[in-house]
Amino acid sequence: MRLKYVLNEVLVGLWRNVTMTVAMIITMSVSLTMLGASVLLYMQVDQMKNYYYGEIEVSIFLRTDVTEAQRTAIDSAISSNPLVAGKTYETREEALKRFQELWKDSPEFVKSVGPNSLPESFRVKLKNPETYKTFTDQMSPMEGIQDIIDQRALLDKVFNIFNAIQVGALVVAGVMALAALLLVGNTIQVAAYSKRREVAVMKLVGASNWFIQAPFVLEAVVAGLIGAVLGFVALFVSKIVLFDNKLQALTNILTPIDNGNVWLMLPLLAGVGALVSAVTAWVTLRFYLKV
Amino acid sequence: MADPAGLAFSLHRVDSVPVIQLENVTKTYPKASRPSLDDVSVGIEKGEFVFFIGPSGSGKSTIIKLLLHEVSPTQGKVMVNAKDVTSIRSWKIPHFRRSIGCVFQDFRLLPNRTAYENVAFALEVIGKTKAVSRRVVPEVLELVGLGGKEHRYPHELSGGEQQRVAVARAFVNRPLILLADEPTGNLDPDTSIEIMRLLDRINRTGTTVVMVTHDSNIVNQMRRRVIEIESGRIVRDQARGVYG
Repeated sequence: MRLKYVLNEVLVGLWRNVTMTVAMIITMSVSLTMLGASVLLYMQVDQMKNYYYGEIEVSIFLRTDVTEAQRTAIDSAISSNPLVAGKTYETREEALKRFQELWKDSPEFVKSVGPNSLPESFRVKLKNPETYKTFTDQMSPMEGIQDIIDQRALLDKVFNIFNAIQVGALVVAGVMALAALLLVGNTIQVAAYSKRREVAVMKLVGASNWFIQAPFVLEAVVAGLIGAVLGFVALFVSKIVLFDNKLQALTNILTPIDNGNVWLMLPLLAGVGALVSAVTAWVTLRFYLKV
Repeated sequence: MADPAGLAFSLHRVDSVPVIQLENVTKTYPKASRPSLDDVSVGIEKGEFVFFIGPSGSGKSTIIKLLLHEVSPTQGKVMVNAKDVTSIRSWKIPHFRRSIGCVFQDFRLLPNRTAYENVAFALEVIGKTKAVSRRVVPEVLELVGLGGKEHRYPHELSGGEQQRVAVARAFVNRPLILLADEPTGNLDPDTSIEIMRLLDRINRTGTTVVMVTHDSNIVNQMRRRVIEIESGRIVRDQARGVYG
């Protein structure tokens, strides 16, 4: 009977103030969508870093007038360097072939590049890409090197953009969460006011605190859970629309978002939504239902 | 004095263990210039019927609040059933309150519930089953003289009948103590006497009744223990007193 009573009170409470309930659910779901997007992006960037950093090479381009002795010296310096995991050597011809393959859609551009325009290079894989700076410093004094380029620097620019988007989503999530909290607090106040007589009698006859508070807290939790489910649906739909359709071109750069990761957002959003609502409701009750 | 209602009963046997004991209780509300209760000590035995009388603001209602642990004493000890009320952990207070029934001047019934539902509500929110309500509620409504009116809403009942519902609700859980804060304050004299008869009947079941009142007529007719408070101090404590 008590469970039935509590559940009934929750439904009545949500319905009594239905416009407020809807507002609460919408802000909650927007906030949680942003939170989910932010977390997904974070996981995505992490995954991409793992993926791309593994592929990353340091290119050591040699001068066009490099001598045989210099090349051999550089080669053995790379081989004997403890930071190095592996290296390949690319001749001018190979560089040209690769270049032609890469830009085969723009034959004009390819034609403008002669067989001697592209430098020969060593492509070096480091054991730990983070040690790039040390490696560069060790190599750069050597004769015959024109330039040392780390692909990481380029990738970091891309990741910085993702990080900015992620932080932005987190900020929006926070602001919306604040609005959601205020709405939850207000809804609970209104609910407590409309049930003040019942609450007074319950206190009088010695109903336990949890029994008095449970319907209010659960009301907020149910709204939070509905918000979380809606937020999850929004996230899933965006993922399909944006990444699987509209932005498919980008997926050459982006590693694909794992559906498992998206599903992981459901318990996360539900947990955050429910917990935040419950705590807000409970704190509000501490002020409005002095027991 | 004439006793048309036949309310003057002799004191019946009381146990020697005080069910309520105030020991040097002082209560000063924040920002108040003088204490509402000033070094009050009083003991009430189990089964007693006690009136607290005195002018408005004398501190009578503070005693009720102290007994319910709605407020804590500034100094001194409030013992109910040999337990120091102030030492009860806050989450245990609801359970403690189940041993005290309460009746107020304004009845405090739920307007959207019938007499039966009002009483059943009090039982069910403390975890009693509907089956218990079905057995106990009609019984207690019969006891307070509302047999046949179980399914009326408060607005369909007279003031006296509403107060009977409130008494039924306070008593249905068989409390140790019944606190009545001006229970006849909104009732006409005849109805008031009926309510006093009812409280007396409840007192005879062994329930200690503590009643705060202004109603000199009732105090004079009941001839029970009268404790008079003035400016937070007990100025009179008389075994078979009158309003004075």
